Amino acid sequence: MTTDVMMPALSPTMEEGTLAKWLVKVGDAVKSGDVIAEIETDKATMEVEAVDEGVVESLLVPEGAEGVKVNTPIARLSGEGTAAAPATPPQAAAASTPDVQEKKAESAPPPAPAATKPAVAPQALPEGDTDIPADAKRVKITVRDALRDAMAEEMRRDPGVFLMGEEVAQYQGAYKVSRGLLEEFGDRRVIDTPITEHAFAGLGVGAAMAGLKPIVEFMTFNFAMQAMDQIINSAAKSHYMSGGQIRCPVVFRGPNGAAARVAAQHSQDYAPWYGSVPGLKVVAPYDAADAKGLLKAAIRDPNPVVFLEHEMLYGHEFEIPEVEDWLVPIGRAKVRRAGSSVTIVAYSRMVAVALEAAEALAGEGIEAEVIDLRTIRPLDHETVVKSVMKTNRLVTVEEGWAPMGVGAEVAARVVEHAFDYLDAPPLRVSQADTPLPYAANLEALSLPSAPRVVEAAKAVCYR
Amino acid sequence: MARRAVKTAEKTTTAEQPDKEQLLAFYRSMLLIRRFEERAGQLYGMGLIGGFCHLYIGQEAVAVGMQSVKGPKDQVITGYRDHGHMLAAGMSPRSVMAELTGRFPGASHGKGGSMHMFSAEAGFYGGHGIVGAQVSLGTGLAMANRYRDDGAVAFVYFGDGAANQGQVYESFNMAELWSLPVVYVIENNQYAMGTSVERSSSETHLYRRGSSFNIPGEEVDGMDVSAVRRAGVKAAEHARGGNGPYLLEMKTYRYRGHSMSDPGKYRTREEIDAVRKTRDPIEHLQERLEGQGWLDEATARAIDNEVKSVVAEAAEFARTAPEPEPKELFTDVYVEADA
Repeated sequence: MTTDVMMPALSPTMEEGTLAKWLVKVGDAVKSGDVIAEIETDKATMEVEAVDEGVVESLLVPEGAEGVKVNTPIARLSGEGTAAAPATPPQAAAASTPDVQEKKAESAPPPAPAATKPAVAPQALPEGDTDIPADAKRVKITVRDALRDAMAEEMRRDPGVFLMGEEVAQYQGAYKVSRGLLEEFGDRRVIDTPITEHAFAGLGVGAAMAGLKPIVEFMTFNFAMQAMDQIINSAAKSHYMSGGQIRCPVVFRGPNGAAARVAAQHSQDYAPWYGSVPGLKVVAPYDAADAKGLLKAAIRDPNPVVFLEHEMLYGHEFEIPEVEDWLVPIGRAKVRRAGSSVTIVAYSRMVAVALEAAEALAGEGIEAEVIDLRTIRPLDHETVVKSVMKTNRLVTVEEGWAPMGVGAEVAARVVEHAFDYLDAPPLRVSQADTPLPYAANLEALSLPSAPRVVEAAKAVCYR
Repeated sequence: MARRAVKTAEKTTTAEQPDKEQLLAFYRSMLLIRRFEERAGQLYGMGLIGGFCHLYIGQEAVAVGMQSVKGPKDQVITGYRDHGHMLAAGMSPRSVMAELTGRFPGASHGKGGSMHMFSAEAGFYGGHGIVGAQVSLGTGLAMANRYRDDGAVAFVYFGDGAANQGQVYESFNMAELWSLPVVYVIENNQYAMGTSVERSSSETHLYRRGSSFNIPGEEVDGMDVSAVRRAGVKAAEHARGGNGPYLLEMKTYRYRGHSMSDPGKYRTREEIDAVRKTRDPIEHLQERLEGQGWLDEATARAIDNEVKSVVAEAAEFARTAPEPEPKELFTDVYVEADA
């Protein structure tokens, strides 16, 4: 009787990894708990422990193999003297693999069910992009590294810029966004904090009031709810309450929205929460070029900026222009796909869903114009209004709840500014009006998907 | 941010015993706060000051004694009972009173009010309305000092009520962990609104509240300006010397209600009168100055008259100064990009 050892998922969002090293060879006896291999993910190198007892019969994946998909058999044990266990169910293998390094992050996001995954192919920059110089060389980079590069460049440029947060330094970032920064800038400027969101947000605001430019990383924005008083009551309002004397040039950044299978407390879109607060700027980029250019702009901004990233996008590769000091202005939406039949407005990860829907719609003769808001506050409604004047139809897509949401705000502004141009009531596609469920099928039902966007777009086109 | 070895302290002032001139300056400063607050109470009663108004009467020795320790680059931050700290910091009575009446020449152009005033020039960082928030913010000021290694110390005030807020302890932890130059000053006036320390706190000796973070603390007679100063000098030297935070519990008392709308049912008139009679910080200092032969009745009256005229002038200014223009509604929401 043999048992297959599967490539485990070592984090909630891991889809594949590199089998860095085998620590056993054919013929070795292993028992549960023995470390048998080292696996490298985009976040970390981790050890894989055996769950079953037996003798290594064969190693199915060679050492150094890259892109080994989760759940692929990587080794076979012969079950000498052990109860014949069927092939280890992959979930069980993952669950019983002590995740020695990932702490709080682990309690954040298991592998994404295919149904909720955005398009993963490295995305080319759209033709005719006005942001990008025509002669710029284009390189591929992940959103994760684009964010890191933005911070590193700004830290080189301005000695007052520093990064603080949980696990940002020695651990290299819970999601590895700050990888390498400690080595380059030292522990004066890359500061590990205790798990104490409320106060370290306040420390960041205080340091900003004193003239520094802190980047405060929240491991996820779900944990920033503990710090919301400091973000809203202290950071957003002090400039106004002081008659213009006090400034808070602080950036609050980290992943926002739903990762995968982490359930209600770890899956929330805070764009509308912060987006309603005057004094804050709120940014939610989709691709790597915007992630980098907008983060650099946010760090330079003399106001407090809430910078909402998306964990599901961190590992995605996009093309980015290789130009010196790449900046994207805060407050400008971007037309990601031109079309004349319907305007689809989205931000952050939902841009991928909107683009996927637009491709499907094109197959049915509906040409959707997809607008990426990029900034939530100040909201660039002019770009949306201009598009709706052309298409006469509006669908909004957001990961959060619809009531009092970003889609509601966009629809209200379109009604204010282009009522006479509308040929159908605007429709909102959003998360279901419930806390986000854990079960894979319910989670997929809850979150916006391309088919739901297609359905909404057809509805406003009366098709 | 790694721990730091003890470094040379920037000397502000180490005189243990304040001299005649300094004590007379303390006397005038405390009297200014007292008269200012009495007048603010009056203006509130006349409907010229709106909203919440928390008076500092009775606690004057704390702000005045501690201010004398502050060096030129040091910062001060406090909660909403902030008028005394602002006057002690040297902000003009006019701008503070005009802010109370919501007028444009006020410290925040009339947009902050009693609880939210700032003076970047005086190193006064507010004036914060959320109980305890200033403790994290002030620890952040100290973090900036440490980052710049400029020898500055942050003086962070909070009350016995705020001493039960969670973020205070989160801040204590980081301040000690990173040896931040901060002096925490708990103004224990014995009542958090209407709840006495005994009714709200399992450990009523608030100077011990830093002990589980290894932050040294001491109890100080907050009604004695010289004692406040002595303790402040020691605490500031500790913080400035790279030894991390220091905690002072100032035992003090507020004579007035928590705010102007406080019916004060939680304590007796006799209790207040007893403190006034036996521990009043201004009378206490006056007796001492007179005992030393440094102040006589005529001079005391002259100081009082001078202070009263400053306050009367500030009140008149605050009453007649213009309100902010309607366009000010939309200014100072964002800092316009500066080049």
